[in-house]
Amino acid sequence: MMLNQKDLLGIQLLSADEIRLVLDTAETMKHVISASSKKTAHLQGKSVITLFYENSTRTRLSFELAAKYMGAASANVSASSSSVNKGESLIDTVRTIDQMGTDLLIMRHPQSGAPHLIASRVRASVINAGDGMNEHPTQALLDLFTMRARKGGLAGLQVAIVGDVMHSRVARSNLWALIKMGATVRLAAPGTLLPPGLDSLGAIVCPTVADAVRGADVVMGLRIQLERMQKALFPSVSEYARFYAVDESMLQLARKDAIIMHPGPCNHGIEMPTLVYDSDQSVIQEQVTNGVAVRMAIMFLLSSRRNV
Amino acid sequence: MMRIAIINGRVLDPSQAAGEPVAKPVFIEDGRLVAKLSGDADRTVDADGLFVFPGLIDAHCHLRDPGYEYKEDIASGTASAARGGFTTVACMPNTLPVCDHAALVHYIRDKAVRQGKARVLPIGAVSKGQQGQELAEIGLMAEAGIVAISDDGHPVETADLMRKAMLYASPFNLTVISHCEDMSLAGGGHMNEGTWSTRLGLRGIPDIAESIMVGRDCQIAGYTGLPVHIAHVSCRASVRLIREAKARGVPVSAETCPHYFALTEQACDGYNTMAKMNPPLRTPDDVEAIIEGLADGTIDVIATDHAPHHNDEKDLEFALASNGIIGFETAFGLGYTLLVRTGRLSLRQFLAAMTVNPARILRQPLGSLAVGAPADVLVADLETPWTVARSQMRSKSRNTPFEGMTLAGRPVMTICEGRITHDELC
Ligand SMILES: [Zn+2]
Ligand SMILES: [Zn+2]
Repeated sequence: MMLNQKDLLGIQLLSADEIRLVLDTAETMKHVISASSKKTAHLQGKSVITLFYENSTRTRLSFELAAKYMGAASANVSASSSSVNKGESLIDTVRTIDQMGTDLLIMRHPQSGAPHLIASRVRASVINAGDGMNEHPTQALLDLFTMRARKGGLAGLQVAIVGDVMHSRVARSNLWALIKMGATVRLAAPGTLLPPGLDSLGAIVCPTVADAVRGADVVMGLRIQLERMQKALFPSVSEYARFYAVDESMLQLARKDAIIMHPGPCNHGIEMPTLVYDSDQSVIQEQVTNGVAVRMAIMFLLSSRRNV
Repeated sequence: MMRIAIINGRVLDPSQAAGEPVAKPVFIEDGRLVAKLSGDADRTVDADGLFVFPGLIDAHCHLRDPGYEYKEDIASGTASAARGGFTTVACMPNTLPVCDHAALVHYIRDKAVRQGKARVLPIGAVSKGQQGQELAEIGLMAEAGIVAISDDGHPVETADLMRKAMLYASPFNLTVISHCEDMSLAGGGHMNEGTWSTRLGLRGIPDIAESIMVGRDCQIAGYTGLPVHIAHVSCRASVRLIREAKARGVPVSAETCPHYFALTEQACDGYNTMAKMNPPLRTPDDVEAIIEGLADGTIDVIATDHAPHHNDEKDLEFALASNGIIGFETAFGLGYTLLVRTGRLSLRQFLAAMTVNPARILRQPLGSLAVGAPADVLVADLETPWTVARSQMRSKSRNTPFEGMTLAGRPVMTICEGRITHDELC
């Protein structure tokens, strides 16, 4: 089996079978990472570019290590050094990169749909490493990988996602992926941080964090941007923490074996107390390791498709 | 001056008494419609199987001249209008510089006379620089020939300035055209707020951003007793408010555009910037409300909001792409196909919305085939299907979401003041 597409633009465009394929392939890759010699030839002779228009040390590093472990030649372009600031259009920039013989182009961009814009204009496979408020598909896939590893499966899982759903590409990608895989998703957020239509798209919107978390197998916190206060989206950090933090009392409502997740970086003590973040139920560190395995799997699947 | 005889066509003039299209000849001499020619016709047009209507009038377009001639200019814009069956177009003042003083009005009118293929009626700004602060020189612009005032492109943000604009424009016999957009609700949005904006991760513009200002303007018009014309109505909430205001006798009129009955927000899927406009495309329920509003007369006018943009301004990340689409060359076909062919509007109603109704709102003695009227005539083929093709368009810009669409209703000849401005019959 293979991925049915040239690019990975978003979970919305993947089938359940394709998601399963990525997760299965990532199992193999995880063995590579845990081996003493982290070298495979899966991407031997391939060229990988990371093009980040937003800073993200962890996502970028995750992709770069994934590429290196598989023997690819990789280079990175960051927005500050690139010609973006000289007024060059995104399309011109990526065409230039494409002409240099790039096989995989990994892009993070502040505008929703930016990867979709470039995908049809370049030969390289485009991997969306986060676009605006739209999607962060590799994050969702590593989250699903982590859930599946811990819970044995995804169908029927009860997943609570708590926090700024409105601005979160992580929430959106997880929502699409979990629904496709047969899980139930319950969301809780301040009313100002919920986009419209979530219920018609398959999620259950809960009035309180307690309603979302009760009986959950997975509890996921989302990062809150503290600047949102200035736009009157919530009143203060302490009020946010009072009503929307995933704390011990909330965890009591989840299943005893529930796992705690967070895409990072976390505002400790706001989205969740450090005690919860570091608790035995937390799989947040594991998410980081799994991120490399999942990204290896995606790069391998997209590039091997190109060889056919 | 040329004498033209149009024979064998079926004639419908919505400015005249009700009735079906009638088979009769139309004669043109010295730029006017006449009962009979004083000599042999220089051109005899055999309109067998075709329809003869008053030339179309667009109450709302952007010709981009001066300042943005790389998008469009008066020559290309009016050529595009002529191909679309328009003989008169009213252009919005958001040029560079803004048309907020008499010299600009003269520039537009003079250039249109020299280079235009349609009559160009400039609309002046409400406020200096469209800044929403001080009134523009409305009286001097009226002397120079504007037909309405509007800050289109922007809303008139304060109710106070809107009221003053209505009061000040009234003795000059001008209507205020209002681009309704509450910026506090719309600001930062890129498409309709709803399920699709959530799916695409784009900031939404709720329909109340439009309807709240529509409600405001209806109330001001009711209070002052002075007319206001609501530009580009896109949603059910606005239609309802306008319908209620009209029922109370408030002097409000309204226009919509073909895209608001032809497309929904779903057209934005895949980050299709050709579907990005302001106000944004709405839901299927809003489309239905727009058609209902046209059918019951709540919406008086179909205008194009022809908004040319260069490729580089559309070939971008969705949030960065410019708002708007070109509309002259598809408006008639879209309206005829989607409103008349479907039985929602009579042919007469549809034509009235593109001829006599905009003439009334702009207070121009146009949009009629009466003897003595300016010879503005559209000859249309209502049978033969045709396919929208950017490559054939006369506009300088190519930003249309309708590429490849098959339509019925095609202007095959346009005559503006007795001059043939578009001709597929020779
Ligand atoms: Zn407008
Ligand atoms: Zn406009």
